[in-house]
Amino acid sequence: MALEIVVCIKQVPDPEQFSKITLDPVKGTIRREGIPSVINPLDKHAIEEALLIREKFSGRVTAISMGPPQAKEALQEALAMGVDEAVLLCDRALAGADTWATAYPLAEAIKKLGKFDIILCGNETVDGATAQVGPQLAEFLNIPHVTNVTAIEFTSEKSWNVRRAIERGYMKVALELPSLITVLKDINQPRLPSVIAIMEAAGREIRSWGCGDMCLAENVVGLVGSPTQVVGTFEQEVKRAREIIRGSEAEVAKKAVKRLKELGAL
Amino acid sequence: MNSEVWIWAEQRDGRLMGVSSEILGKACQLAEKLGVGVAAVLLGEKVEGLAKELIAYGAGKVYLVEDPLLRLYQSDLYTTVISELVKRHKPEILLLGATAVGMDLAPAVAARVDTGLTAHCVDLTIEEVKNKSLLVAAIPGFGGKIMVKIACPEKRPQMATVKAGMMEKPSKDEKRQGQIVREKFELKPAEMRARTLEMVEEKPVGIPLEEAETVVSVGWGVQSAANLNLAKEIAGLLRAAWAGTRPAVDRGWVPEEAMIGQSGKLVSPKLFISLGASGAMAYAVGFLKSKVVLAVDKNPDAPIFEMCDIGIVADLSKLLPPLAEEFKQAVS
Repeated sequence: MALEIVVCIKQVPDPEQFSKITLDPVKGTIRREGIPSVINPLDKHAIEEALLIREKFSGRVTAISMGPPQAKEALQEALAMGVDEAVLLCDRALAGADTWATAYPLAEAIKKLGKFDIILCGNETVDGATAQVGPQLAEFLNIPHVTNVTAIEFTSEKSWNVRRAIERGYMKVALELPSLITVLKDINQPRLPSVIAIMEAAGREIRSWGCGDMCLAENVVGLVGSPTQVVGTFEQEVKRAREIIRGSEAEVAKKAVKRLKELGAL
Repeated sequence: MNSEVWIWAEQRDGRLMGVSSEILGKACQLAEKLGVGVAAVLLGEKVEGLAKELIAYGAGKVYLVEDPLLRLYQSDLYTTVISELVKRHKPEILLLGATAVGMDLAPAVAARVDTGLTAHCVDLTIEEVKNKSLLVAAIPGFGGKIMVKIACPEKRPQMATVKAGMMEKPSKDEKRQGQIVREKFELKPAEMRARTLEMVEEKPVGIPLEEAETVVSVGWGVQSAANLNLAKEIAGLLRAAWAGTRPAVDRGWVPEEAMIGQSGKLVSPKLFISLGASGAMAYAVGFLKSKVVLAVDKNPDAPIFEMCDIGIVADLSKLLPPLAEEFKQAVS
């Protein structure tokens, strides 16, 4: 029997260029013009694990993402890594969603795909970093979930033991499929797609679904469908001395250590 | 309005997690502002002693659910029990500690009871928004010092998760009186679709980050192996805990559990040394409560220089050798 595997991915601004991201002080939304986008790093581990599961039990891997038309790039990369199919949830009405209003359309899309056995997500994204969408998605699909997964032991095709990291330790969890897991980077090393695979993926079709395709009312998605709302922004007051030490490296090193002693920090 | 402010009190092996008392302290403040009661929700096996501890920390009421099946965290049962309690008693607010377990549980409960959830709260207040007294969560925005305020205007309860170390621990008073309310549930093993078989907690290696007096934290700007070694040497000299930013973790320079910031650890050492990190707010919230902050970065315009007591604009490869030497002399 083959497994139906779904992996949820998100396109995010390149974490190495995060310092260039600014916030629109009025709207509270982020400005990320000119910053390249990548697949959220942990989502690559989710893709890799999906491919490993397919290699073990056979089956089909479908990558799904929600985002602007540009997010097709992330799905193309997933195709190049080896996923079988890709679906983009793309509709202006989906924009501005909080985690609830992200998980909900994802759940509806996965239901529309049909039968599923395992859903994989990265544990968290580098931008929002809430780690909430995975468990919320599992709830909407009425399946169990395990977050922070660092290893899977396959006792049989549909009965797994997973290890989930907790503070200074781990829990061992027995899981029956269908289930959802969110993974951490220790679980595997994502493969790099070959140049040929990248070129082939560029020509592959990516299905694009809007709210109508998923029979979603527009008032339950996007900004208006989000239970949480941005109600303002403010500047965090940081009370620090902000004393900048200048001079040659040898001088500043000496001065800095002297100041730390005076401040009682050493 | 008489709906209560709730916290979920997390226990592991019969120990109350520190963050639970911290959020209880905050819940007391919020409840006072709203003029309502404060309650803790406690699940476990034979944990009545912890209920008394929660009362000592300020809970007016503890909803207690005891069952051998609840000894370890079980995502299905915990979600069901807490969601059911929410439906029975309709709290106004529900706070959870953002531990690995709390972050597994909170989104599931929020989805089950159909409400919003806010993560990474740096502060929680009650504010008037459109003529309603709402829970307003401050969370770090991107870059600079911008914080974003999030509220959940319509759905209830208003839910939020808070990291350990973010809120102040309230004082414990054994003389405080409170009510323990035992709630009945018929739990069946069959309801556990995902079943936690065991929990293994390892002894911490080295100085625990949260308890270290000095922390050396590295960022993406460290770049070379030579710089990394010098930074580690400084950490060794100062008996400092080793930590870093998300990019440093991604490169394998720092273990995942030593990441500083909103999705990592919050620290408040006597001295925090940041090397080669630009100072995004998501990182900075992790060390805001440090006594003294020394920051080094190449970029003079980096926001880190607005968050430090002593700043050095320098190339790490040139600065670290003399800096390590100065520290060596200082501690010898």
